[in-house]
Amino acid sequence: MTRIDPAVSATADLRRDLRRETAFFLSLSLPALVLVGLCAMLPILWILRQSFLTLRGTYTLSNWEKLLSSDLTWRAIWSTVELSAGTLVLCCILGLPLALALASAPQKLANRLLVLLMLPLWTSILVRTYGWLVLLRRDGLVNQGLQSIGLTDTPLALVYNFTGTLIGMVHFMLPLFVLPTYAALRDIDHNTIRASASMGASLPRTLVSVVLPLAAGGIRSGSMIVFIYTLGFFITPAILGGGQVNPIAIRIERTLSTFQNWGAASALGILLLLLVALAAALLVGVRHLLSRRGGHHA
Amino acid sequence: MTPLPITIETLRKTYGEFTALDDVSLRILPGEFLTLLGPSGSGKTTLLMALAGFTRPDSGRIVIGDRDVTRLAPNKRDIGIVFQNYALFPHMSVRENVEYPLKIRKVPRREARDRAMAALERVKLGAFADRDIAALSGGQRQRVALARAIVYEPRIMLMDEPLSALDKNLREHMQFEIRRLHDDLGITTVYVTHDQREALTMSDRIAVMSAGRIQQIDAPQEIYHRPRSAFVAGFMGEANILAATDCRALDGRPMQGPHRVMVRAENFHLDRSACGPEGLSLGGRIAAIAFRGENWLIHLALASGQEVMLSIPSRQSEGCESLKPGQDITAHADANHVHFLAEEAA
Repeated sequence: MTRIDPAVSATADLRRDLRRETAFFLSLSLPALVLVGLCAMLPILWILRQSFLTLRGTYTLSNWEKLLSSDLTWRAIWSTVELSAGTLVLCCILGLPLALALASAPQKLANRLLVLLMLPLWTSILVRTYGWLVLLRRDGLVNQGLQSIGLTDTPLALVYNFTGTLIGMVHFMLPLFVLPTYAALRDIDHNTIRASASMGASLPRTLVSVVLPLAAGGIRSGSMIVFIYTLGFFITPAILGGGQVNPIAIRIERTLSTFQNWGAASALGILLLLLVALAAALLVGVRHLLSRRGGHHA
Repeated sequence: MTPLPITIETLRKTYGEFTALDDVSLRILPGEFLTLLGPSGSGKTTLLMALAGFTRPDSGRIVIGDRDVTRLAPNKRDIGIVFQNYALFPHMSVRENVEYPLKIRKVPRREARDRAMAALERVKLGAFADRDIAALSGGQRQRVALARAIVYEPRIMLMDEPLSALDKNLREHMQFEIRRLHDDLGITTVYVTHDQREALTMSDRIAVMSAGRIQQIDAPQEIYHRPRSAFVAGFMGEANILAATDCRALDGRPMQGPHRVMVRAENFHLDRSACGPEGLSLGGRIAAIAFRGENWLIHLALASGQEVMLSIPSRQSEGCESLKPGQDITAHADANHVHFLAEEAA
């Protein structure tokens, strides 16, 4: 019989315990992994394959050739980016002051205002979009109001164009921008703001040099949500765009419903996916650039 | 730069029913190190925040130098503040933190850098200038906060329990360091703490606060040896407040004079001959006795039920080794250490 060194066997036992623990935690995430795999990855792979098939089911590159050489595609990409960027800019302009006001309000009041902010999220986007249609059309409430106070003689074209689409999208995305921004602002140690003031900084200076940098994480999350979410927007441009606004999502739908061309639609879908990935990569890259010195936002 | 005096006149601040500052008046001398000492809720931090301009008083006046700053915005007051949690900017390096107030004052970049480095050298952090705040220990952050507050030579320095997050040894070390910094720079300093030993160690004068009022303002020795009220006596160290009816004079006769006296734990003797001709005796039963290194600590239960603390130095243990809980003993105190307390309304 060989003698076993008790210290060695104890170390082996400890290592086995560690392995078991790791396996246990992996098993906890298994259901989610299966769900993502089945419901997201598989369909994407299927669409990717479709983009290389002809209508008869043989492999071809023609879908991609036509897509990338078509003017319409580039216009759709431009329209998509234009809408997302416009929505993001307006969300920042409207959302930052709102988030700042909420964050500096007493907690109780802020909680109530947050409920108001989120109220629209409980309404169907379809209902809200048609609501904007009622408000913004030529004889809508907004135009009537503007005319009655004499700001304009002829009704403004507020809907069935880029403006209308933008209004609808900003309305939808604003809460999603404000929430992470507000959370980041709330987390700022109030004393850093006081310290800045005590050292002689005016309020705008403190805002730029202390508050916004410290809330950068939240603002970035909000921007990411807004930009990436809006890249795939369909309902709002479909209803409020009136055929004038044709981002990729609209082109996909038209390719399918008008031409029943699964190959071309799939290629467009993959293109949109790549666009989203690119945007995400850019935003993450910007973040790394900003925190070059590292460790600040850990 | 000549240090400035601060005058506070009948300053009042209420939060609903709660009176945080109850018509506080106070004159702080130029270059003085004044400590506001009191338990939480005594109004010391409210007073400091009013000086800084972050709390708007309901009434009263604050004058720094000859300038009424009562309604002046915090960033116009030219004050330096060191906060309890340091309030450093986590998105800036150590040097950028210290340069920040200079940048706001539009000091040229080169000069700002030199002055920031000089301030960091002063707090012995020169080698850490390019570190991130997150990479510093609590004590180092404290020093960065100090450097940031002194680098622009403010006219007034306010400190809000700046050492309370540090461990005991470091805290005691920093007390001397902050005091030395004050002596070097000569800036009028208002320091808030709830630690009486810290207040005694550092201050020129101590203002003991409770319930939104200054109970007594005096030099440390004065406050310690001649507290004007039971509250001040109790807050400054282990003071025993005794009813005269529980005590006898050293010659055995009943006590004369006022109703209440204060005797500090360390001023009791078990040996009658250690006291002069005048003084006080106190009989009771030992409830607990413990050896604590530099002293013996005895809880003495009086006939009235009150427990009195005695602290007997171990170098003259006066027979403490043989004492056991339950024994009856008599403690004595010299008249010099028996302090008569004024009657209080409370």
